[in-house]
Amino acid sequence: MNEMNTATLEFEKKISAKAAKISGSEALLLCLIAEGVDTIFGYPGGAIMPIYDALYKYKDRLTHILTRHEQGAVHAAQGMARVTGKVGVCFATSGPGATNLITGIADAQIDSTPLVCITGQVPSHLLGTDAFQETDVMGISMPITKWNYQVTKAEEIPFALARAFYIASTGRPGPVLIDITKDAQFAEFDFEYQKCERIRSYHPYPELSLDKLKEAAQIINDAKKPFILVGQGVQLSGAEQELIQFAEKTGIPMASTLLGLSAVPTNHPLYVGYLGMHGNYGPNIKTNECDVLIAIGMRFDDRVTGDLKLYARQAKVIHIEIDPSEIDKNVKATVAINTDAKAALKGLISMVDQGNHAAWIAEFHACDVIENDKVIQAETFPDSGEIKMAEVIRRISELTSGEAILVTDVGQHQMVANRYYKFQKTLSCITSGGLGTMGFALPAAMGAKTGRPDRTVIAVIGDGGFQMTIQELGTIRQSNIGVKILILNNNFLGMVRQWQQLFFEKRYSFTELDNPDFQLITQGYRIPTQKVSNREYLDKALEDWLSTDGPALLEVVVEQEENVFPMVPSGASVSDIRLE
Amino acid sequence: MNEEDENLKVREFTLSVLTEDKSGLLNLLTIIFTRRNLNISSLNVSNSEVRGVSRFTIVTQTSKDMVGKVVKQIRKLVDVLGAFVYEEDQIFYQEIALYKVPTQAFLEGNRIEDLVRNSGARILVIEKDHIIIEKTGHSNETHELYKKLEPFGLLEFVRSGRVAISKSKRKTEAYIKELEASESNKLSIKDF
Repeated sequence: MNEMNTATLEFEKKISAKAAKISGSEALLLCLIAEGVDTIFGYPGGAIMPIYDALYKYKDRLTHILTRHEQGAVHAAQGMARVTGKVGVCFATSGPGATNLITGIADAQIDSTPLVCITGQVPSHLLGTDAFQETDVMGISMPITKWNYQVTKAEEIPFALARAFYIASTGRPGPVLIDITKDAQFAEFDFEYQKCERIRSYHPYPELSLDKLKEAAQIINDAKKPFILVGQGVQLSGAEQELIQFAEKTGIPMASTLLGLSAVPTNHPLYVGYLGMHGNYGPNIKTNECDVLIAIGMRFDDRVTGDLKLYARQAKVIHIEIDPSEIDKNVKATVAINTDAKAALKGLISMVDQGNHAAWIAEFHACDVIENDKVIQAETFPDSGEIKMAEVIRRISELTSGEAILVTDVGQHQMVANRYYKFQKTLSCITSGGLGTMGFALPAAMGAKTGRPDRTVIAVIGDGGFQMTIQELGTIRQSNIGVKILILNNNFLGMVRQWQQLFFEKRYSFTELDNPDFQLITQGYRIPTQKVSNREYLDKALEDWLSTDGPALLEVVVEQEENVFPMVPSGASVSDIRLE
Repeated sequence: MNEEDENLKVREFTLSVLTEDKSGLLNLLTIIFTRRNLNISSLNVSNSEVRGVSRFTIVTQTSKDMVGKVVKQIRKLVDVLGAFVYEEDQIFYQEIALYKVPTQAFLEGNRIEDLVRNSGARILVIEKDHIIIEKTGHSNETHELYKKLEPFGLLEFVRSGRVAISKSKRKTEAYIKELEASESNKLSIKDF
């Protein structure tokens, strides 16, 4: 019998047997398998060595991808969670290993990404003594996790893990951290696993109120200029079909937040664009002209609303949102439907009238003409000068028929990529929205490609953000992760430079970058790479890059002082969106 | 005053938070206040009438608008069973204060003894060199006695956090039973 079958049998035996004495480390891995985990991103170290030792035995059941930094591990787990809808898992050791996860955990918390992060901890008798590589990761992670728990006895592992997966994945998803002391990893106990289905103090799915639904339906039926705002909640609850049904029945136009992108195909006749600071002209202007705003699974982030005092004051607001603490937090709801987006939409579909708002939608299209004339045409089809970011994205969108997963970093390229990529498939826009974490894209794309090996995964990154997690090229090579990496290089921290130009009298304080040769670096990691700075060769370079088998990098040198427009200046009203 | 102004007016609120009896909760609760730069003016933790359930009583000065957001974020904590906000007329509350004064002060006539008796306070301990006085009441009452004892040379003073009981008829045990029976642990999508 080969090694794999032995391990499988052993596993079945352990899962089914009532009392099998195993170590805490092995128990942890069995819990992960029982929860359907197949991939872990991580980095070993002293306090998590017993778990890594157990992992050696379970190599056939659990794929472990060794990143080059713990931040890479957590972002990869986020990327995987975002494209699969499943819980992402990462491992790190105590102290610096655990603190290196923090940025990713904060990112997952604000962007509602389900994660279970496992950290090793010094032995329990050394807790609180400033032992080697001891950090109070419980205290540090409290404000940025949905739940955290410290395991000091092996017996607690099944309980902690069952809760972790239940909490991370239900309701509004989020990150959970489980800190396991080294002695608990070593200790043996009688293992038994039961999934968690209920916690009396945790109520992830508030009951749908029929009265509120009726009230909302009435407002929608009476509306003259209704407007749907699509948030990430639509994708998190798998309500894409229900959303489209609802919009088609009522004839209401819909626009998307950054994280809501890709829920609706961009060519849907009722889809009118992208909201927020660098969103489309129409959706921003019309927010302050609609009579009913139907916000679905979104939290009215300040990058969407601009000045709240001047935001949609004329409109009745219907807020469909699963997290009660988001209701009335930023925008007061006329009717709040505090439940899962899919459940709410299913109910609403049956209660709303068939409608048509052609004249109202035409107003959006009139705005599109203005935006196209002032911005889009020149950005996407320039005929002279240096290469523009928007034309690169426009071309990639065409070459991939809008069917790729687009993972973006943070900055100008992020706004441009999400403005011009014509998403056709859901769960395809992976970006750091709430936290704005530079360095997110490269590792998140590794996770996305690992989760969806069947799809083209493109990481769009600026030259600044690339250097924050550039070491993950090593992971991509070692694990042969076929991501297509696009570096839009303007030798600047472009978004900060844009603000300096517009609001700080062009005082370019520390935004210019003297970059290394990215080609040499990428070659050093043995990843196929190309650089293009001339429009004439762009198409060919893009085609070669996209058709490369396995990972490939393309560096495009773009116009140095390009600005992203339209733009709602920070703190201004959405009506004051600037086109130039 | 219109409703919006009323909601933004700073005043005192008492929060009663029921939680599972677990470590770390105090930290989780205070984080929600510190994040919004809010001060906690009084805090008390005790067990409740239900086994395994703790009750935090938190007093803060803020607006109705803000306290509403804070309490929702408190309810969101996984180990919090319930959080309730009260204004002064919705609760009965008390604080306890202890005062240590030199015994010598008592030996000089009846003034201090009268003072203690008239303030509804009582003497807890009499030692050779000091006396400990206890008074229960609202903070203005315990402060009043403080002012009166001050001239006698207060050696030590301490006041507890507020403990409050709401005037509502809700029973904690019934409330928890309701939580336990709730169907909101899983997603159910109804067909209409």
